[in-house]
Amino acid sequence: MNNTKKISGSEAVVKCLIAEGIEIIYGYPGGAIMPVYDELYKYEDQIHHVLTRHEQGATHSAQGFARISGKVGVAIATSGPGATNLVTGLADAQIDSTPMVCITGQVSSNLLGSDAFQETDIVGISTPVTKWNHQVTKASDIPKVLAKAFYIAKSGRPGPVLIDITKDAQFELLDFNYKKVTGIRSYKPIPKLDTTSLDLAADLINKSIKPMIVWGQGVILAEAENEFKKFVEKTGIPAAWTIMGVSAIPTSHPLNVGMVGMHGNYAPNMLTNECDLLIAIGMRFDDRVTGNLDKYAKQAKIIHFEIDPAEIDKNVKVDVSVLGDAKESLSKILPLLKTRTHNSWLVKFKELYDIEYDSVIKDDLFPTKDGLTMGEVLKEINTYTKGNAAIVSDVGQHQMIACRYANFNKSRSNITSGGLGTMGFALPAAIGAKMACPEREVVAVIGDGGFQMTIQELGTIFQSKVPVKIVVLNNSFLGMVRQWQQLFFEKRYASTEMVNPDFTAIAKGYYIKSKKVSKREELSSAVEEMINSKDSFFLEVVVEKEANVFPMIQSGASVSEIRLK
Amino acid sequence: MEKEIKTFTVSIYTENNIGLLNRISAIFQRRHINIESLNSSVSEIEGVYRFTILINVTETQIKKIIGQIDKQIEVIKAYYHNEDDTVYQESCLFKIKSSLLFDDRQIQNIIKDSNARIVTVNKQFFVIEKSGRRKEIDSLYDKLNEYGIMQFVRSGAIAITKEPMNISEILSEFKN
Ligand SMILES: Cc1ncc(C[n+]2csc(CCOP(=O)(O)OP(=O)(O)O)c2C)c(N)n1
Repeated sequence: MNNTKKISGSEAVVKCLIAEGIEIIYGYPGGAIMPVYDELYKYEDQIHHVLTRHEQGATHSAQGFARISGKVGVAIATSGPGATNLVTGLADAQIDSTPMVCITGQVSSNLLGSDAFQETDIVGISTPVTKWNHQVTKASDIPKVLAKAFYIAKSGRPGPVLIDITKDAQFELLDFNYKKVTGIRSYKPIPKLDTTSLDLAADLINKSIKPMIVWGQGVILAEAENEFKKFVEKTGIPAAWTIMGVSAIPTSHPLNVGMVGMHGNYAPNMLTNECDLLIAIGMRFDDRVTGNLDKYAKQAKIIHFEIDPAEIDKNVKVDVSVLGDAKESLSKILPLLKTRTHNSWLVKFKELYDIEYDSVIKDDLFPTKDGLTMGEVLKEINTYTKGNAAIVSDVGQHQMIACRYANFNKSRSNITSGGLGTMGFALPAAIGAKMACPEREVVAVIGDGGFQMTIQELGTIFQSKVPVKIVVLNNSFLGMVRQWQQLFFEKRYASTEMVNPDFTAIAKGYYIKSKKVSKREELSSAVEEMINSKDSFFLEVVVEKEANVFPMIQSGASVSEIRLK
Repeated sequence: MEKEIKTFTVSIYTENNIGLLNRISAIFQRRHINIESLNSSVSEIEGVYRFTILINVTETQIKKIIGQIDKQIEVIKAYYHNEDDTVYQESCLFKIKSSLLFDDRQIQNIIKDSNARIVTVNKQFFVIEKSGRRKEIDSLYDKLNEYGIMQFVRSGAIAITKEPMNISEILSEFKN
């Protein structure tokens, strides 16, 4: 008997994580995953498990970890309710292409399908919101399935993977042998670059008179920031970003012309319908970006640099598609491009920016009325972080303000729930981001509504000593919904007013330093104190209750019908 | 042209995986597309399975759907074809009262004319099998229905494409 070599399935799970270079995981224990937790206890010195206060928090922390670092985030939970609590995070990671591996415990294989205690069909439930998922019922399958999971989550267009492991498979013994997966025969993560498409694209770019770039997160996911910067600078083309793309090049870059989409900047939205060439790079023409598709860039030729063939012509029919990894495509097209400038075309952007500045930005950043604006809080954060922080925003008005006004010097610095718009994302995501990059300043910007969706994660911050900075912009409303009610439902504020608790008292309850500001004179020093704090810090800013975010493209309207008030 | 709704045959070559049917059907469900028929079987390549799905959609829709199916990890390749590009067949079974066969000669002619075949006969009932295109099966159904059908079942369509499928090449490409 050489049983000595054999290890249990649960130990194999932990050894797989270690073999993949995972040092931090987020999770919550329970019956069906207890054997894995028992092994985590033994391997404590090699792998740090962070106990979140809810499994949703574990997924968002894993996402924050992945978004800032580019590494795979890992979350782990028990069967039944533990597993179903992962679903929001999986959906969020799926739509925002975030590499994440979730591991769930499951009832023993002999009980599958019997409605056993805490049995849910998590593989069935999570199928539409995962890049891949799989149930393991035999210990010997654990190494190869987990190796596949990490490969799939990270490669090509990244995404979440869920692996469900029955309890008997966790107890069963196996001969452990871990081999990283480097390919799967039915899966082609990166389509082969077609050089004729590069020639066609280069030709259009070289001939264009009023070209415009819209880039998305694809640039960041492909780690193509340098190639992208060279592309922009050589062609001299004004470049606008989607909410997921910002920070790929510094926001201060002279060719950065701002955000496209519903609450984006005036100039890039207006000029989308005036350019003669639209170059989309690593973005997917989401409806929040395009507005009414029938009136989107109809006058322009469109080039689409994209890794996922299913995105080509999905929403917008394009003239040239360059399928491939953005890093490779951009570096290969560079020699084919002429060095150019587009000064008179850039002046157009500047003119429209000035209009937006006068009617929106000035009042957001330098308000003259009494009430504090979300914009001025962001301005103060910029002042004290000097654009070096990662800003983790939740969902709503404050999110749009944060993305519009935050300065970024470094890539992977804007962490927000873009595609799913998950309230409650920011607090746990900030935890993951800070733990992945402890040397970086991480500031969470959250609404009073969204804060209360995952407020329990203050406990994680306290217990795990995560020095994140938390800013709650308190307007005592579900602000973004209230704004729509004001604009489109004749101010019928159905269930959007919030009677809030004393947030600073709650923060104090978790022993987190806190401060509340409601006057302009106090704001700057409070932000300074927060940024200078070595420990976590909670700052509540009472802002104007009924302020609106502009510009705005109403649903159904065209990007060039963007309103300034 | 692209807005016209047509019948397409979707052929999907896959690794055998338990959750795959769920994954594929979810793609149709999300888009409110009714699956007209679905068949799953082994293929010409060992270990590779083949789904044949018939749907009525526009060409624009089918292209997007194929993109979504193709990107599923365990899908080796998904294709779509027009009715003209495939040779396809459905098969069906009818259960009919035996007395009809002996009392009414006409029914024997129907069976002969439609190239159907009697699979089994006993005292109570007999079973007819017919393979062919949907129209032929429908027409046989209408004719037999006049006499009374005890049970009827039709299989999903199976289709062979006229042009070659390069699955083996795709798979061997991977090994290199
Ligand atoms: C989980 C979830 N539920 C509901 C919504 C719909 N929703 C979008 S924005 C918003 C209001 C957010 O309010 P708050 O967090 O206070 O931020 P504000 O808009 O006031 O800045 C709501 C309810 C959502 N995005 N996510």
